Amino acid sequence: MNAIPQAIEAAPLLRVDGLTKWYGHVAGCRDVSFELRRGEVLGVVGESGSGKTTLLNCISGRLPPSSGTVEFDTSRFGLTDIYGLNEPDRRRMQREEWGFVHQNPRDGLRMRVSGGANVAEPLMNLGNRHYGKMRSATVEWLQRVELDTRRIDDKPRNFSGGMQQRIQVARNLIHGPRLVFMDEPTGGLDVSVQARLLDLLRELVRDLGLAVIIVTHDMAVARLMADRLIVMKDGFVVETGLTDQVLDDPQHAYSQLLVSSVLQI
Amino acid sequence: MNARPNEPERYYNYAYLDEQTKRMIRRSILKALAIPGYQVPFGSREMPVPYGWGTGGIQLTAAIIGPDDVYKCIDQGADDTTNAVSIRRFFAQVADVAVTEDTGEATIIQTRHRIPEQPLKAGQVLVFQVPQPEPLRGLEARETETRAMHAYEEYGLQYVSLYESVATYGRIASTVGYPTMVDERYLMSPSPIPKFDNPKMGDNEAILLFGAGREKRIYAVPPHTTVRSLDFEDYPFETQTWDENCALCGAQDSYLDEVVLDDTGARMFVCSDSHFCADRRAAGHVGPMADHQLAALETEPT
Ligand SMILES: Nc1ncnc2c1ncn2[C@@H]1O[C@H](COP(=O)(O)OP(=O)(O)OP(=O)(O)O)[C@@H](O)[C@H]1O
Ligand SMILES: [Mg+2]
Repeated sequence: MNAIPQAIEAAPLLRVDGLTKWYGHVAGCRDVSFELRRGEVLGVVGESGSGKTTLLNCISGRLPPSSGTVEFDTSRFGLTDIYGLNEPDRRRMQREEWGFVHQNPRDGLRMRVSGGANVAEPLMNLGNRHYGKMRSATVEWLQRVELDTRRIDDKPRNFSGGMQQRIQVARNLIHGPRLVFMDEPTGGLDVSVQARLLDLLRELVRDLGLAVIIVTHDMAVARLMADRLIVMKDGFVVETGLTDQVLDDPQHAYSQLLVSSVLQI
Repeated sequence: MNARPNEPERYYNYAYLDEQTKRMIRRSILKALAIPGYQVPFGSREMPVPYGWGTGGIQLTAAIIGPDDVYKCIDQGADDTTNAVSIRRFFAQVADVAVTEDTGEATIIQTRHRIPEQPLKAGQVLVFQVPQPEPLRGLEARETETRAMHAYEEYGLQYVSLYESVATYGRIASTVGYPTMVDERYLMSPSPIPKFDNPKMGDNEAILLFGAGREKRIYAVPPHTTVRSLDFEDYPFETQTWDENCALCGAQDSYLDEVVLDDTGARMFVCSDSHFCADRRAAGHVGPMADHQLAALETEPT
C-alpha cells in the first residue's frame, strides 16, 4: 500500500548518465552523471569555460550530446530519454513541463512584443484561447515578480535589465513547469538588483516546489539558491555534494580554490 | 495546337512560360491542393514585371490557363486599375484568351486584395497575388523555426499577435491579411485581402490558389474546405461593417471604399468591387449619389 507512493517519490525527475559533448576536438562536458529529484535545486558551478552552459544546453534538449543519455520523467511517457523522443513530442514536453531562463533577456524574450504578451505566450502555446483569463494570469504574475502592472503593455526594451529578467522569470513560470533551467540568471545585473532578484527567485522556487538547475560561477548565488552543487572543471564534474558541504568543506583541490577565491565577502 | 489568329505576332511560348516550367508549377499546385493551406515551394521564374506586381499570381495563371478560358483580373476589387488592365492585356496577348469584367462569366479570376462580392461557382479558379505567404514571419524571422511550427502545428505564436492587438486597441484590430486556419490543420495567410472577405473563403465552390513570386511559395484552398479566422473566446472574429450604403448602387452588404471628393472633406462610400456595383446599377439599383460623375466614370468602357 505504501510501497507505490514511495517508489514514485524515490524515482528521479531527471537522470543524466555519461553525458559527453565534443566540439570537434574541444570537450564541452565529459562523462557527467547525476540525478535530480522533484523540488530539488541543483547548482552547477565552475570557472569560465568549464562546461556549465554546454551541460545545461545538453540537458535541456537544446544541444544533442555526443554520447550519454538525459532521461526526464515526462507526464505523457514517464521516465524517457529526451533525445529518443521525436521532435514534436520533445518540443511539446519542453513547452509544457520546462522553463529556461537565459542570462541575456534578449535570448529569452521576444523584444518586438510587449512584456505582457511575452508572459502570456506560454499559455497560448498550451492552447489557451481566452484573452481575459490570460490577461489576469499575466497581471498576477507581474505582481508575483514585483513588476508595476501598469507597464504590462510596454515593450521589453523600455524596461531595465533587472525588470527584463523579471519578465523572463514570469514567462518561464506562468505555465506551471516542473523543471526550470537557469543560466546565470543574475549574471548581467548590478549587485543590488542581483540580490533582490535572487531573493525573489528563491521564494518562488520554494513556494512552487520547483526543480531547478542553475548555472553560476558566483558562489554566493550557489549558496543562496542551491540544495546541492556540482563543481565542474575542464568539462568534468570534480566534486558533488550538498551545498553547505561543498562550500564549507570542499574536498577537491579545485573546489577549495574556487571557494577560497570568493567566499571572504 | 492550331494556328491562332494572332500567331505571327506571338513571340513567346503559349502563356509566356515554357512547358517545363508550367509542368513544374502544376505539380506544385496539385500538391498544394492535396494539402490545403500548406506552403509548397516552387521554382519561381523571372517575369516581365517586378516582384510585388503579381509575379506569383501571373505564374499560377500562366500554368493553368488554356485557350478556352475567360480571364478576369482585378486590383483592389476594380477591373480598370492600371495593374489589372496590363495583366489582363498580357494574358489576352500571350494566352489568346477572352477577357471579361463579369465575375460570373470568368473561369479564371486573378486578384490582388479582394474576393469578388458575387459568390463563385464550381469550375472557377480564383488566383491570389501574395507578397508574404508566411503568416508567422512578422513574429518569427527564422524560416527553420516557422517550418517546424507548421510541421508540428504549433500556432500559439500567431495568437501572440492577436493578444498584442487586443491589449493595444481593445479588440483584434488587424483588418487585412487576417490569419486563418485551413481545414483545422495549417495556419494560412489569406494574402492582403480585407478580413471582410475571410468568410468567403470557407466552403467556397471555386478553387482558391495563392502564389508568392518573390517568396517562391504556392498554397491552395480546394473547394468546400473549412477556413476559420483565428480569434479569442472572449473576442470573437468580426468583419468590418459600415454605417453607409454604397453611394452609387445602394448596396448594404458589400465592401466599401471611402472616396474623398474635395478638399473640404466631402466624401462618399462606394463598392470596391466595380463590376458588382455596375451590375447592380444596370439592374436599376440606385444609391443616394447615383448621379455623381464617378458613376459615369465607372461605367465607361475601357
Ligand atoms: N559552440 C562551440 N564551439 C566550439 N567550442 C565551444 C562551443 N561552445 C563552447 N565551447 C567550448 O567548450 C568549453 C565549455 O564551454 P561552456 O560555454 O560550456 O563553458 P561555461 O562553463 O559555460 O563558461 P562561461 O562561464 O564562460 O559561460 C569551452 O572550452 C568552450 O570554448
Ligand atoms: Mg556559460
